[in-house]
Amino acid sequence: MHITPDNTIFWEHGFFKLNATIVWTWVLMIVLVVISRLVTRKLRTDDHPGRWQVGLEIIVLGIQDQLKEIGLKHPRTYIGFIGSLFLFVAFAALCTIFPFYEPPTSSLSTTAALAFCVFLAVPYFAISQRGWLNYIKTYLEPTPVMLPFNIISELSRTLAMAIRLFGNMMSGSMILGILLAITPLFFPVIMSLLGLLTGIVQAYIISILATVFIAAALNSGDDEQPKNIQHG
Amino acid sequence: MDNTTLVALISISVAGLTTGLGCIGPALAEGRSVANAMQSLAQQPDAASTITRTLFVGLAMIESIAIYCFVISMILIFANPFWNHFIAS
Repeated sequence: MHITPDNTIFWEHGFFKLNATIVWTWVLMIVLVVISRLVTRKLRTDDHPGRWQVGLEIIVLGIQDQLKEIGLKHPRTYIGFIGSLFLFVAFAALCTIFPFYEPPTSSLSTTAALAFCVFLAVPYFAISQRGWLNYIKTYLEPTPVMLPFNIISELSRTLAMAIRLFGNMMSGSMILGILLAITPLFFPVIMSLLGLLTGIVQAYIISILATVFIAAALNSGDDEQPKNIQHG
Repeated sequence: MDNTTLVALISISVAGLTTGLGCIGPALAEGRSVANAMQSLAQQPDAASTITRTLFVGLAMIESIAIYCFVISMILIFANPFWNHFIAS
């Protein structure tokens, strides 16, 4: 039994190793890109948009509504990043119904890369919206004494995000492997159903956390409160 | 008892203890937060979407503590650096 799909190596040449994580990541990306490309090739605005276009619209508008509810005022700016994060993680989890497939998110390398993207995206969006000075000033709030703690929290939440996704996805396949050895017939089916549920919940959580971090970096220091806090 | 046996013995028992003891706190915390969320949902059904979203994010934060313990257990059992060191030497 192995702990990550990194150890399944298909092809090796010197320094380069083609392991299951890379292969499945590329397969997922190609499938997602090809499907989106085929659907968006002939978009229609009349009364008969076609099933695939309606499905895609439901997904995009659903994500956009979620982003707006959390407090991002212009969700179209962020939907490219957060939406693809959600779709990739959710699709990686959903594909576990296929045999011989291992979710690339059950490798620490993939989740660390995703968390690192979020780590970079937060200052990118904050600086592009509010400017360098305002962004750096948020590290000195509420007092300059908090500077090291703000930096530590920035780093630790990135680490936590990577390990949370890795742990959840890895535990799913690991529990399945252990159960197959103990009670082979019926129980693993229930656990794989539970694994699908946790996969979707984790995709939701990682995108919500990314949204919350970005919204916090955009809104902190503003005098006006976000709307949902005032009425909540 | 030689070194390899000692490492195996301690790793396996500590792996069990890590997940076992480390899940107590998150379990209590998740129970408390879900109970409170249920209560608030019953009192304010209008705020359901906000409460559910905050609950999910909070549960993920709490659950990550248990996941850290689980990851450490898995490392101790399947990818133990000390074990590999003693096997190699």
